[in-house]
Amino acid sequence: MIVHHKVRTWSLLVSLLSILAIGSSNQLIAQAPALGQSPVHKNLIVAMTTSIEDSGLLDELVPALEKKTGYKLKKVSVGTGQALALAKKGEVDALFVNSPRAEREVLASGAVINRHLVMHNDFVIVGPSGDQAKIHGIKNAVTAFSLIAKKKALFISRDDDSGTNKLEKDLWKRANIQPNGDWYVRTGAGMGQTLQIANQKRGYTLVDRATYIFQGKNISLPILVQGDKQLLNLYHVIEVNPKKFPKVNSAGAKAFIDFVLSPEGQKLIASHGKKQFGKPLFYVDGGKTEKDYGL
Amino acid sequence: MDTIIEGAIKAFNLLISGDSEIFQVITVTLLVSSIATAISVFIGIPLGLWLAFTDFIGKQALTSLIHFGMGLPPVVVGLVVSLFLWRSGPLGDWELMYTLTAMIMAEAIVVLPIVAGLSLTAITTINPQLRWRLLSMGATPWQANWLLIKEARLGLIAAVIAGFGRAISEVGASMMVGGNIKGQTRVLTTAIVTEVEKGNYDVAMAIAYILLIVTYGIMVCLTILQHDRKML
Repeated sequence: MIVHHKVRTWSLLVSLLSILAIGSSNQLIAQAPALGQSPVHKNLIVAMTTSIEDSGLLDELVPALEKKTGYKLKKVSVGTGQALALAKKGEVDALFVNSPRAEREVLASGAVINRHLVMHNDFVIVGPSGDQAKIHGIKNAVTAFSLIAKKKALFISRDDDSGTNKLEKDLWKRANIQPNGDWYVRTGAGMGQTLQIANQKRGYTLVDRATYIFQGKNISLPILVQGDKQLLNLYHVIEVNPKKFPKVNSAGAKAFIDFVLSPEGQKLIASHGKKQFGKPLFYVDGGKTEKDYGL
Repeated sequence: MDTIIEGAIKAFNLLISGDSEIFQVITVTLLVSSIATAISVFIGIPLGLWLAFTDFIGKQALTSLIHFGMGLPPVVVGLVVSLFLWRSGPLGDWELMYTLTAMIMAEAIVVLPIVAGLSLTAITTINPQLRWRLLSMGATPWQANWLLIKEARLGLIAAVIAGFGRAISEVGASMMVGGNIKGQTRVLTTAIVTEVEKGNYDVAMAIAYILLIVTYGIMVCLTILQHDRKML
């Protein structure tokens, strides 16, 4: 009898697993190459900033790109700071990031090449509707930051060296302020989570518009400052230098960049979000450079 | 609070409609955690058995090392495995970073000490004379070991349960070495993190329900296996 029960239990376990396996056998087969040592240059690793991943843009771009180029794209969603650090070590093949000044530094170091502007949106400063620092409607982001610091109004910072965080630090520097104290809260988290913390604590924060739009239903903080040229958010694609890191999948990185800048890729980006949110999350810039924006 | 109910409804719909995306994530989750647990069991139980019946200098040290490993933080394991698997790392040529293999490796390292430590305890608690008696009655060492494993079954399956529980609930290591890549290395726990980051709390809650259901299903099977006829 013991044996009988054991067999029954085992078969229960096995059938449970196989139902699941059959339910998704196609995907499982698609998984198979990832298990073994797939051909070295089939995999293409792109490190990108979290706001791109969270916006769902890649859910549309990746299948189209994989179909067209035959590469298997591994997109790693990290802050821009970490993405650049991975590029400097040659761990990834390409970047899709949003911190122009830091990017130019890495470009100058020779670790990356072939940098192109893809798209933009903008950052906004959001805060509690009470607005104790009275920044609503102010046209200059630096002035707004000064007022927040002067009032010691709660400010939530990502503090993760992401593109957003780098811009925030720049703005503090331009305002000649070293943010410190109880009013300055550092989360070390992604944009979505940081915005949610600001929302719960009724604090001010700097957020990219895409995240603000798709998080909108959970957030009760209004936009207080927008439209300042300093709040422009430029997204670039960059290739990691294969001369410096021989293991880099250079052909794959080029195919990725070409696709993102192609009419097809630009069309996908321009229309992304229109259906779900009634407005686009990003505006395409194929063919332009940051000089067109006075940078 | 509505999210808790909305999540339940969403989870139900996802499972009933046979949503291929969620089933793919479930499959990857089960695949990674069960292979990692299996590897840990194949190494951990013999290790526990060997430690229970062998005396040598440094046994105490090794035992406490295993017990220390039971509390190994997955993010630390994830970081160290990353350092090895990165292109610039010693195993960089294998191109394993951001693959299921990498996740299995990291999770097996996290789970192994748990299985080994609990196996050691389970086997130590049975009468130490038993092995000698079995051997003196003419059992070969392998037969004696097998009988001891059967004798300690209750505790050993508890070790498997604890190990699998750790593997399936773990986030940090999977995130770091797997990269949480949609359609490739995304598992249920990291999918929850992503949905929270996107602000889709209802979807996150739905995936949480599915994770709980899957875990419960496996645990029920293991518990039945553990108690055999007593429950059926």
